[in-house]
Amino acid sequence: MPELPAHNHAPFALSIAGVTKRFGPLVANDAISLDLRRGEILALLGENGAGKTTLMSVLFGHYLADEGAIFVADGEGSLAPLPPGSPKAALAAGIGMVHQHFTLADNLSVLDNITLGTESLWQFWKNDRTAMARLKELQRTSGLHVDLDARVGRLSVGERQRVEILKALYRGARILILDEPTAVLTPQESDALFATLKRLTATGLSVIFISHKLNEVLAVADRVAVLRGGRKVAEIDAKSANRALLAETMVGTAVQPSVRRAHEPGATIIELKDVRAPDPRGRQALESASFAIRAGEILGIAGVAGNGQSALAALVCGLVAPTEGSVSIQGETVSRFSPRDLMQSGIGRIPEDRHHDGVVGTMKLWENLALEDIRSSECQQAGLLRRGALKDRARAAIKTFDVRGGGPETEARLLSGGNMQKVILARVLDREPRVILANQPTRGLDVGAVSFVHQRLLDARAKGAAILLMSEDLDELLALSDRVGVMYRGTLSTIRPAGEMTVRRLGLLMAGQNADLGDAA
Amino acid sequence: MIRLEPRQEYSWLMAVAAPVVAAVVALALAAIPLLVAGAPLGKSYAAMFGGALGSQFALAETLTRTTPLILTGLAVAVAFRARLWNIGAEGQLYAGALAAVVLGSGAIDAPSWILVPTLLLAGATAGALLMAIPTALKLRFSVDEVVTSLLLNFVVLLFVSMMLEGPLKDPMSLGWPQSESIVDAGTLPALIARTRVHAGLIIALAMAVIMQVIMSRTVWGFEIRAVGSNPSAARFAGMSTTTVMLRVGLVSGALAGLAGVGEVAGLKGYLTHDLSPGFGYSGIVVAMLAGLHPLGVVASAFFVAAVFVGADSMSRAVGVPSYIANLTVAVALLAVLVGGVLTRYRIRLQKPGARIV
Repeated sequence: MPELPAHNHAPFALSIAGVTKRFGPLVANDAISLDLRRGEILALLGENGAGKTTLMSVLFGHYLADEGAIFVADGEGSLAPLPPGSPKAALAAGIGMVHQHFTLADNLSVLDNITLGTESLWQFWKNDRTAMARLKELQRTSGLHVDLDARVGRLSVGERQRVEILKALYRGARILILDEPTAVLTPQESDALFATLKRLTATGLSVIFISHKLNEVLAVADRVAVLRGGRKVAEIDAKSANRALLAETMVGTAVQPSVRRAHEPGATIIELKDVRAPDPRGRQALESASFAIRAGEILGIAGVAGNGQSALAALVCGLVAPTEGSVSIQGETVSRFSPRDLMQSGIGRIPEDRHHDGVVGTMKLWENLALEDIRSSECQQAGLLRRGALKDRARAAIKTFDVRGGGPETEARLLSGGNMQKVILARVLDREPRVILANQPTRGLDVGAVSFVHQRLLDARAKGAAILLMSEDLDELLALSDRVGVMYRGTLSTIRPAGEMTVRRLGLLMAGQNADLGDAA
Repeated sequence: MIRLEPRQEYSWLMAVAAPVVAAVVALALAAIPLLVAGAPLGKSYAAMFGGALGSQFALAETLTRTTPLILTGLAVAVAFRARLWNIGAEGQLYAGALAAVVLGSGAIDAPSWILVPTLLLAGATAGALLMAIPTALKLRFSVDEVVTSLLLNFVVLLFVSMMLEGPLKDPMSLGWPQSESIVDAGTLPALIARTRVHAGLIIALAMAVIMQVIMSRTVWGFEIRAVGSNPSAARFAGMSTTTVMLRVGLVSGALAGLAGVGEVAGLKGYLTHDLSPGFGYSGIVVAMLAGLHPLGVVASAFFVAAVFVGADSMSRAVGVPSYIANLTVAVALLAVLVGGVLTRYRIRLQKPGARIV
């Protein structure tokens, strides 16, 4: 890999000096100082809530720091203070940011998206030819290839990310901030991104790479700064770091790996045969899926977002009905597809988007815990809520599932993502369902909450539940699953034992390539 | 630069204080048009308060006005809770009144204890069926219920006019478009002697209590709240949003229909096409001022009624138009919306170039 000679002595591109940001009593950033050199990739590692995003928002001018200052190198390389609280000033100083959720207009071309906002409002004609020439040159030096005339709506996620990076470079970014850039990419696309970043830093660009994935940080960064609870707890040379060290620094304690015991699975619980189904928006998205899950078995499904997983999940949730094929649970064919029917046949569902489908934010925890079985005799009598019993039940669930940040009377919206997920787990697992659908069960959770969720799923497996696990985190998928399959263009691949799979092979299958076990690297 | 920062938790006290402050602010701001009109402020406000609350007669008038406002306010509040935007309470009120007049002006010969409940039931049913139309259109074809329920108001009003000019016209009315009177057995009794306050007030208050119990203590209310604040999570959890919405539409229309029965059977005795001075529309203000809480609706209906009654007597005393009441109520609504923002957010003032060291 190309590396700037002696980059440790390269001049500073950015210096963050003692930045503190408070939100009421919460100190989101506590006197953080950080230097970034020219041509360096600095990884900012930390759990959710560690202060990564706040720090970057201060840097980009979205927040005003309570204390501290930021200095950015100008064109000549001398550090000048950055006017605080002004995204405009940050842009002018050469700071470019690529957000996790892209800020592109789907109905415009790549070129228009990139030039959008850079031209004067008073200008009548767009100067596309000059822009085109500059962009071609940028593409040549950076290797960020994407058709400039294509409409953004038709691009893949990886291509859109390239457009975002091009956009930042076009505006003269000398410092590029990437917020969780690989969350939406296949492993191969991630590797391509890393290669691009190396190439860009060789030309003098500096990169701040925000992540909580340890492997990536080790693969791409020169230096790693670890944030925990708003403080910078460590700054480590990536060459001398390893996974265990980073994980421990990030969490603050040694992380216990989840216990997964081998055992022989039981009888088939749920079986899908040649199922075709639309997604909730009505588009035919699931072309063909067949699988059977036995008691005490976890089947993992991988795939790049948009390859039919959401339709498969919606089907198992009861949100859509299959157009062809059959679903049977414990030998009985499911004939009616509604959330209530499928819950009654014994499926517990952990939804992909917990804010959207999982909880009602303005309702209290005891109410959210009763959301799915409010009509059962345990919850009501002649239409009247058994409030006392429900609150007692909530109190018990909050204790068993270690929900922090509130009691039965707390509104769900006030909980952190991890605790919200625990509420959903409590609701689903308390009834000991025979089948569990876990769709992105750990997305956006910190390491502590992730291992809690993993352990609960493994406990349910040990008790004989059949679990369908969908996850974008391939390490998680391989660690938990007994068998794995990949969704590509609506079709579920042949299912293989997890032990025969690697992240790399999964990645090839996710990209639609044949990953025959024989010739895989 | 002004920034709004969300408050982590807003207190119960603030939720109650905000509409009260909004009401006071609205009354205070009424001083501006009064000054412009050249009216003496002291005398105007005195006439307003005196006219609304100053005597037994004044209070009785205010309570008479409060009665339909509670019911239309409840109709709007329950619908808005489920995000069903019922702007048609006015039409549903007329539908209820029409049903009461059709059955109550001699068609049924029955004792009071049968006829009164029959009329109430008929009016509620008429209102419910009317609101079922926009609700069904919304659920089946995704037609915006704001438009359909609003436009139905005009359809119903014209239909009422047609009936009053035709089959329902009272032959003894000397040509006026009005219906025959409700028979004595169908009339809601007066509550206080020599005033116009009638038993409809008791019905309205009972409905407020019943709605409060339904919303907070029953499975129905639970489902309405869940569907209203996060429909996709409610659907995911196995609730039928269609059933819940339809139920809400029927309940909402029925409440507004009851308001119409009260006005004809308790107050006017017969139906005219100017039965309601916009009680259905004012119900929206009442519900919003109450923060969509059924018991709060009682208080805010009383406030809105007092403003209207007070403005009438102020207009007689100092010669300003009584439209000042509409203005005050509108400002109160704006103030409570602003107040709602302030209870949920905290305002932070920042100098644009504030230096940090």
